Amino acid sequence: MHHLLDISDLDRAELESLLDDSDGFVEVLARPIPKVPALRGKTITTAFFEASTRTRLSFERAAKALSADTMTFSPGTSSLSKGESLKDTVLTLQAMGSNLLVVRHQAVGAARRVSEWLSIPVVNGGDGAHQHPTQALLDALTVRRRFGRIEGLQVAIVGDIRHSRVARSDLQAFSTLGARVTLVAPRTLLPVTTNGWKVEVSSTLDEVLPEADVVYLLRVQTERGGASVFPSLPEYVSRFGMTRERRARLKPGAVVMHPGPMNRGVEIADEVADDPDALVLEQVSMGVAVRMAVLFRLLGGEIDG
Amino acid sequence: MDGADVGRAVRRIAHEIVEHNRGTANLVVVGIHTRGVPLAERLAVALAEAEAPVPVGELDITLYRDDLERRPTTRVGTTRMPSSIDDRVVVLVDDVLFTGRTVRAALDALADLGRPRRVELAVLVDRGHRELPIRADYVGKNLPTAGRERVSVHLAEIDGEDAVLIGEAG
Repeated sequence: MHHLLDISDLDRAELESLLDDSDGFVEVLARPIPKVPALRGKTITTAFFEASTRTRLSFERAAKALSADTMTFSPGTSSLSKGESLKDTVLTLQAMGSNLLVVRHQAVGAARRVSEWLSIPVVNGGDGAHQHPTQALLDALTVRRRFGRIEGLQVAIVGDIRHSRVARSDLQAFSTLGARVTLVAPRTLLPVTTNGWKVEVSSTLDEVLPEADVVYLLRVQTERGGASVFPSLPEYVSRFGMTRERRARLKPGAVVMHPGPMNRGVEIADEVADDPDALVLEQVSMGVAVRMAVLFRLLGGEIDG
Repeated sequence: MDGADVGRAVRRIAHEIVEHNRGTANLVVVGIHTRGVPLAERLAVALAEAEAPVPVGELDITLYRDDLERRPTTRVGTTRMPSSIDDRVVVLVDDVLFTGRTVRAALDALADLGRPRRVELAVLVDRGHRELPIRADYVGKNLPTAGRERVSVHLAEIDGEDAVLIGEAG
C-alpha cells in the first residue's frame, strides 16, 4: 500500500489488517500518555481545499499521537488566491519536506491526480462526491468493535446517497467485509445507477428498519444541492428522518450512526442523536485510531521509495 | 536446549525471582511480543507453583522500534497490562537477548504506560553482542554465539514444540 485513495483499492484482507492495527491504536489512545514515537521525524501535511473540521483535526491528532510533525495548508490564506495551481501547490508542499500529504478537494479524482504528481504517499481526505476512504474505515472499526464482527450484519445507509462520498466509500467497505448493505433514499437522491454495487435499494425506510443492525444516516447536503431535489424538509423528515418514534422500532442492539456534521431535526432527531446507542461520538474517536493505522501503514514499516 | 531444558530454565528463573524479590508481592510479569508473551505466561505458572499467583501483561514494541524504516511493513500488536504498573516491580520477559535494542524499546514503552518502582529483565537465552548498556537479571541459558549466527527459540504455543536452535544466517 503506497497511497490510500479509494476504499475499493483494498481487498478484504487489507481492510481487516488495517482494522486490526486500529484496535492497537485504540489501546494506545487510552493510555495515560497517548503518544508513541513511531513516526518521529516525519512531517505530515494536510492540504484541505474544501472545508472540514473533524477530518483535518482528526488527521492532525493522529499524526501527533504518532510523534510526527504536522503542517496545515488552508486555501483561504494561501497563494491559491494569487492563482497558484493545484499541482504547483502540492509540489511546493512536497519540496518543503512533507513525507505524506492528506488531500481534500471538491473535484472527483483530485487525490489520485495529486498522487501521480508526487513521490510521497497521498491519502484521500475526500474528493467531491466520490470517495472518503478513512471515513469508511472508521465506520467499519466502530461497527466491528460494537458487534464483534461485520460479516452478516444488515447495514442501511439512509439519505443523500447521490451526493455522498461517505455512502460510496462505506457501502464498498461494508460489503467487502461481508455485511449486507441497503441504500435507502428517495429516487432523486439515489445515484443514476447502482449497477456493479453489491447493494439492495429501497425507497421506504420503514420497511428496512426492523431488519437493520446499523442505520447509517447521511447528512442532507444543502451545499451540494441536496435541498433542491426533494419537496421540503418536513416531507424528508416524515419519510427518511430518524425520529424518536422510528428509533423505538429498531431491533434490540441496533445502532444509529452519522458521519457528522449533523442536521439535528432533519435526518436525525435531537433525542436520537443524544441517545447512548447513537455512535456518532464513538465514530469520531475511532477516526483518530484508524488514521493512525493508515499513517503508520504508509510511513512506518516501509523503506522509502 | 530441548523442551525439558526450557521447562527447567523457566522454573529456575521463577525461584530466582521469588528469592530476589523476597516473595511475589507487587510483581507483574510482562512478556514482550511475540515469544516473550507465552514465556511470561509460563513464568507466571511457575511463580504460582513456587510462591503465589502473579498478574501477567503483554507488550508490543512495534511503535517504539528504532529500525522501523529498515524493516518490511510491520503490524501493530496488542499491549495489555493487568492493572496500573505504577509502583509495581515489572519483570520484562523475552526469548532472546541480543543487541538490547528490543529491551530499550520495551523500556520506553513501559515508561509511557506508568512508573514502575523497578524493572527487571528475564530472558530464556542471552546470546551476547550487546549494542546498548543493557543486561538481564535472570537468564535461562548463556549461549555464546558468533554475530552472524541465528538463534531461534521455538515455543509450543506458537511453533508446536519447545527448542532453542542455532544456525548459520541464510
